[in-house]
Amino acid sequence: MTTTTPVAPNAQLTVSVSKSARPSHARGREALVGALMASPALFLLVVFFLVPALLAFGLAFTNARLISPRPAHLVGLENFRTLFADSLFWASLRNTLYFAVVVVPAQAGLALVLALLVNAKVRGTNFFRTIYFIPVVTSMVVISLLWRFIYQPDGLLNHLISAFTLGHWHGTDWLNNPSTAMPAIMFMSIWQAVGFHMIIWLSGLQTIPGDLYEAAALDGCTGWQRFRYVTWPGLLATRTFILVTITIAALSLFTQISVMTQGGPLDHTTTVIFMAVRTGYEQQSTGYASAISLVFFLLVLTVSGIQRFVTREKV
Amino acid sequence: MNPTTPRRIAAMGLAIAAALGLTTACSSGSEPSGASTAGGVTTLKLWTHNGGNAAELGLDKKMVADFNASQSKYKVEVQSFPQASYNDAVTAAASAKKLPCIMDIDGPNVPNWAWAGYLQPLDLSANTFVNQLPSTLGKVDNKVYSFGHYDVAMNMTARKSVLVANGIRIPTVDKPWTGAEFDAAMTKIKASGKFAYPLDLGTAGTGEWLPYAYSPILQSFGGDLVNRTNYTTARGVLNGPDALKWATWFRGTVTKGWAQQKSGADSTADFVNGKTAVMWTGSWAADAVTKKFGDDVVFAPPPDFGHGPKIGGASWQWGMTATCSAKDGALAYLKFSAQPKYYADFATTLGLIPANTDAAKLVPNFAPGGKYEIFLKLAQKFAEVRPVTPAYPFISTTFAKAAQDILAGGDPQKILDKAAADIDNNIKSNGNYKF
Repeated sequence: MTTTTPVAPNAQLTVSVSKSARPSHARGREALVGALMASPALFLLVVFFLVPALLAFGLAFTNARLISPRPAHLVGLENFRTLFADSLFWASLRNTLYFAVVVVPAQAGLALVLALLVNAKVRGTNFFRTIYFIPVVTSMVVISLLWRFIYQPDGLLNHLISAFTLGHWHGTDWLNNPSTAMPAIMFMSIWQAVGFHMIIWLSGLQTIPGDLYEAAALDGCTGWQRFRYVTWPGLLATRTFILVTITIAALSLFTQISVMTQGGPLDHTTTVIFMAVRTGYEQQSTGYASAISLVFFLLVLTVSGIQRFVTREKV
Repeated sequence: MNPTTPRRIAAMGLAIAAALGLTTACSSGSEPSGASTAGGVTTLKLWTHNGGNAAELGLDKKMVADFNASQSKYKVEVQSFPQASYNDAVTAAASAKKLPCIMDIDGPNVPNWAWAGYLQPLDLSANTFVNQLPSTLGKVDNKVYSFGHYDVAMNMTARKSVLVANGIRIPTVDKPWTGAEFDAAMTKIKASGKFAYPLDLGTAGTGEWLPYAYSPILQSFGGDLVNRTNYTTARGVLNGPDALKWATWFRGTVTKGWAQQKSGADSTADFVNGKTAVMWTGSWAADAVTKKFGDDVVFAPPPDFGHGPKIGGASWQWGMTATCSAKDGALAYLKFSAQPKYYADFATTLGLIPANTDAAKLVPNFAPGGKYEIFLKLAQKFAEVRPVTPAYPFISTTFAKAAQDILAGGDPQKILDKAAADIDNNIKSNGNYKF
């Protein structure tokens, strides 16, 4: 009696064990395959991004030089003390934040407007989509050089202004005037990158189900109401993504500064990254530049963290 | 087919590992430093900053071809880089331990690169450089690290007809303009209305041009980039009252409308096209200018702002890297290239001052009575080398930024004080750059 009864539960046990074992065994295998597929990219990411970043953060506490016959020593927080007392750093930080605060809403807003326009069911949208995207795929160095010529005192922009105002205003030396240098660079940067974010908004717009629009039309919505109650809520995921990516891109402003103004008239266009590259490479102070990079990393982390917190999905 | 079978997983893992292994193996193949030997011929790498400069690169290649043809033991290979990124390329290569055997160095950088261990002293006999122009020899700690084939003389290029039309005296090497005379001359030319901006100081330049062009004027006022008694501080010379006078004068050229805050991209072209009257430039522009204006051109010494006219000195020089594994080959090439005929080639083709007195006799333009003899005289009388110190690259970038900020209208005393403080901090934090 006792010998037969254990058989039945045992048999059932093994059956149930093997039933649940097969799915988790397969799940484990899928996870392994997934890990293997991701491993080359992860390996490259770790070797070329994570490891140098960690090394750089370590260098921030030394007096390492790019060229030096003497080895680097640990100097603790000396670099940071010098950094926070440096007026150039505060000017760079101020300019970087100024750029981000203006460019993020302006570029995102303009991209959204363009996406709404391009999303309209009229002929020629493909043509406009291409036109808006061309600056995105052009090298930023090339664009900076071209716009430097456009912004010259006797350049294209001033000629146009002269023509449109019938000679009343001849424009100004855009890049050498401390008050117009940064706005000029902002304008050019927005022009260059707006196409990219327009495409992202467009993809978000096209995921909104059409029957929501039909329902809105049936309810007699105006265009603005349609945008506010159907389109905007449907773009939640897209706008979170765009907010974060534009912010990070805006905070890392470098190429335009390096080519057009080299820190600009009286430090009005220097940015944190530009300062880091200049001190680390031209002035050969690798330790100091690493300190700048570390501070910048913490800044971007904080800003992104705040943004993620504000835009989190409130379940 | 199920991709998650153990066999398939193993195959996938192997494939990925093999791919990674291949890529790392390919990238870790390191070349011997700057030279390699194969079949009895040692090939040495030579780097030059003349990328894009067809005339000078052609001369470098000619020297190399002649050397290669003259013997069969060594073969030199030329690699050229654009000048703007040359220094960065060398620094990056040094960090990666991939320097060539022979390379050219901008004169003022020689002490820094020697201190950093990039260069080694040239082990050549004492009389190899006996006829060399002193400013073109890279001597650090009494050891010769490099030598140059040419030097350049900065000058105020102007047209005689313009000066005479405005009643301005034509200056000579013995009697240059005084500061006051120069200012008055600029005011007169500006008032004539024929030139929107009569003076071209080359303010569109960046990088090493800024200290090269503007520190001599600073020195003429009595300031300097760093105290040259022991090169440990810039305080008092870079931010003293004389330096302040220079800064005020410098910004004054813009506010008085004589010069643009950012000049045109090509000063020579602007001068040749008649857009400017006086150009502060180097003797490299001499050929283009004489071609257009012939005898109407005058190469004037810079004004004497109180401490004598001053121009820059030292240009690109050839040296041997410390990591060169074919030292004999490199020295053989350098000795070969130091023949007077090559100095004469540079002078004739590029209009630059030959850095060797024997060679100067071979070049008609620089011989006594020659049309470019004025440059030789300017170099001999007024040339002041940039500070011979390993701190120079830092001093250079700091001064470049200060000059741009002063031109843009910033508070000159504050700018100069900060520049001097930054230089002092840098020198101190490098232990006074002791060897």
